[in-house]
Amino acid sequence: MIEASPAAGFKILAREDFSDVTYSLVIHHPLMAKAAQPGQFVIVMSHESGERIPLTIADFDRKKGTVTLVVQAVGKSTKEMQQVCQPGTSLYGIVGPMGVPSPLTGKKKVVCVGGGLGVAPIYPQARGFKENGAYVIGILGFRTKSLVFWADKFRACCDELILCTDDGSAGMKGFVSDGIKLAIAGHKDIDEVVAIGPPIMMKACVEVTRPHAIKTIVSLNPIMVDGTGMCGGCRVKIGNEVKFACVDGPDFDGHKVDFNDLMMRLKRYTEEEKAALNRWSESCRIMKQTPTVNAAEPTLGLPDPFEEALGG
Amino acid sequence: MRPNRHWACPIRLKKRWGDSSNMAKKKKTIRSIPQLRTPVRELDPQVRVKNFEEVNCGYSLDEALNEAERCLMCPDPACIAGCPVNINIPKFIEALTAKDVRGAYDVITASNLLASVCGRVCPQETQCEGVCIVGETLEPVAIGRLERFVGDTAIKEKWVNIPYIEPTGYKIGIVGSGPAGMACAADMAKAGCDVTVFEAFHQAGGVLKYGIPDFRLPNAVVDAEIENLRKLGVKFECNTLVGRLFTIEQMRNEFGFDAVFIGTGAGYPSMLGIPGDSLNGVLSANELLTRCNLMRAKEFPNFDTPLPLGKRVAVIGAGNTAMDAMRVSLRLGAEKVYCIYRRSRAECPARAEEVHHAEQEGVEFNWLTAPVEVLADGKGNVRAMRCIKMELGEPDDSGRRRPVPVAGSEFEFECDQIVFAIGTNANPIIGQTSHLGLNKRGYINTDETLATSMAGVFAGGDIVTGAATVIEAMGAGRKAARSIKNYLRIRDSSDDDAGKPGLGTFFGIDLRERNFARIRAA
Repeated sequence: MIEASPAAGFKILAREDFSDVTYSLVIHHPLMAKAAQPGQFVIVMSHESGERIPLTIADFDRKKGTVTLVVQAVGKSTKEMQQVCQPGTSLYGIVGPMGVPSPLTGKKKVVCVGGGLGVAPIYPQARGFKENGAYVIGILGFRTKSLVFWADKFRACCDELILCTDDGSAGMKGFVSDGIKLAIAGHKDIDEVVAIGPPIMMKACVEVTRPHAIKTIVSLNPIMVDGTGMCGGCRVKIGNEVKFACVDGPDFDGHKVDFNDLMMRLKRYTEEEKAALNRWSESCRIMKQTPTVNAAEPTLGLPDPFEEALGG
Repeated sequence: MRPNRHWACPIRLKKRWGDSSNMAKKKKTIRSIPQLRTPVRELDPQVRVKNFEEVNCGYSLDEALNEAERCLMCPDPACIAGCPVNINIPKFIEALTAKDVRGAYDVITASNLLASVCGRVCPQETQCEGVCIVGETLEPVAIGRLERFVGDTAIKEKWVNIPYIEPTGYKIGIVGSGPAGMACAADMAKAGCDVTVFEAFHQAGGVLKYGIPDFRLPNAVVDAEIENLRKLGVKFECNTLVGRLFTIEQMRNEFGFDAVFIGTGAGYPSMLGIPGDSLNGVLSANELLTRCNLMRAKEFPNFDTPLPLGKRVAVIGAGNTAMDAMRVSLRLGAEKVYCIYRRSRAECPARAEEVHHAEQEGVEFNWLTAPVEVLADGKGNVRAMRCIKMELGEPDDSGRRRPVPVAGSEFEFECDQIVFAIGTNANPIIGQTSHLGLNKRGYINTDETLATSMAGVFAGGDIVTGAATVIEAMGAGRKAARSIKNYLRIRDSSDDDAGKPGLGTFFGIDLRERNFARIRAA
């Protein structure tokens, strides 16, 4: 029944690198693949002394028994995972699916907005809306052309797709909020907008939809430890209420979210994160100079993670 | 050795509950026993406040024997009833006085598999020790310390009591690996069931692991106790969030669990609900403790989880969790740690020993003080806290005098980190994902047998009662186990372990006959 156990770890079956900072991991976990719903997330521990990293589920395949995560290498843990998480290796822990699934039924026309890494978790929602018979307008935003991923997957499940890049190197030049304006101009009957991405992006999106009074759902990813409603680290202000993103969310009514509070709280561990990254990068550099050490063997065909670490 | 004279007093013998080895001894009186409680060695406050080593060093054999002598072996012991799991306390102490630590361990494990844990974290002063007859005249027998001595000896000597278990073929699922789940798992495994415990964290142990810090309950002790459960055949599945990965209904209908026990606890922390409580530097005691204890942030950067600490830490609340948060903060390097509590010391809910230890280590207590607002430094961090003085008014529902604000007594309290330990609420996940009947506060409704609204599903511990103690949760786990056995029509052999002598016979059959025989391994 329960196939994966912590002793054996959770097997990584495949990996794809979208850019030198973004990569996807396909993890074998039949029970999770069966249970996962769009909008939910998992918490991953790559090794025993690692931290618990919340990641939104980017895709799941119930037949193959896999879940897909898309990770951006920004801090020590995610950069380390970029090095060591290869097909055939295992994650020490993955738990979920966490959070309340996004309701996907009863909508006629929806706009699914993904910005940067948020493109990954919006995908199952777009697909789910489509499966439930909605007219789906996809809006994807990236900084530049080389960072674009999954555009083809979205084309397959969206009735319209608007691709935006900050520099105009692919699709239209502009932010996803410009894309939403375009969609609203073309469609007067949008039931709902779902936006996932960095807080600043989601904040911009809700400001675009607010004057039109279009219901806008955002997916929040604050700092959390357990993901089961115990630490309260992920508390967010929704209107006059305090909610826990892990058990009450992660989806909330974007027009009620206090984004300033969220962004301030996300800075809580900035210094420690920076210090950990520097320490780790330094140790990688030393290891790289010592040819006998093989703990972080670069794999063929991948961008050199050391360069990234030093550059970041 | 004096001759056994039990023939001389057959009536008294019947009233005794142990074997006859002690009968030879002279009856002890309050005057004949050692008058002073055997002190326990503790690490020096100045030294221990800089590390996470266990504060209480525990008894040596000699100390334990000395303290065991203080038990009067009352014919009608109040301590057994005072114990939520009804350990036969006089019987285990009797074994101790005969230097039979192994025998004492056998007695304790008949009721409680987690002697080392309970000896450390039970509030004995309100339980067994609170009703100890010796305590009416002198200090009560240090039952908790003796229990811990026995449990620790067992771990050191690698003793484990594995009964011969006749498999029943029943499959039991247990949700949550905290004290309630562990106790229930132990009893069901002993009854011959195939038991699987599901835990959402990556390590089993629940609050014993993430909540209670190492200097009070070392994680190694918890692991040793979990290992004993594994030896009983209990399986642990970590990284499993029941409710979301699969539901209680699925456990019953798809996975073939004949019964399910839910012990998910009340971990959802209550918020301060005052302006500024979302500033960085304001965190729940749960977050502080989980980061430090389970995620080993105290060993950052060797472990990846960070836990930046303020210089002046104010902990709000005065329960055991608050004491743990204060003492953890000191050990992580805070210069000053304050306790802010709206009532007075007399109403403080923490164990006396914890308050005493916190005081020894330099925590400054601010009784009759309540926070009103958290003040920011302009960069999203805590600069200080505005507090108000309180005074005690009429008793409230809890029987304690209600704290009332003193008008015009507000003042600014300088601190750069605020930890709140003001209680917890029901964990919502099982309620969100199953059709179990809940009360209006989100706790699971059960009847007196701990059965829920769903057939074959039982619940106990904090998720039913609201936040309580480790031993009460264990008591609930055992009670649920009895109900599950009854539900599955498994003959219950555990009742007679609970120190109920003289049940007699029924048509010549000993009612205390067991369906398993105790054998010794190792």
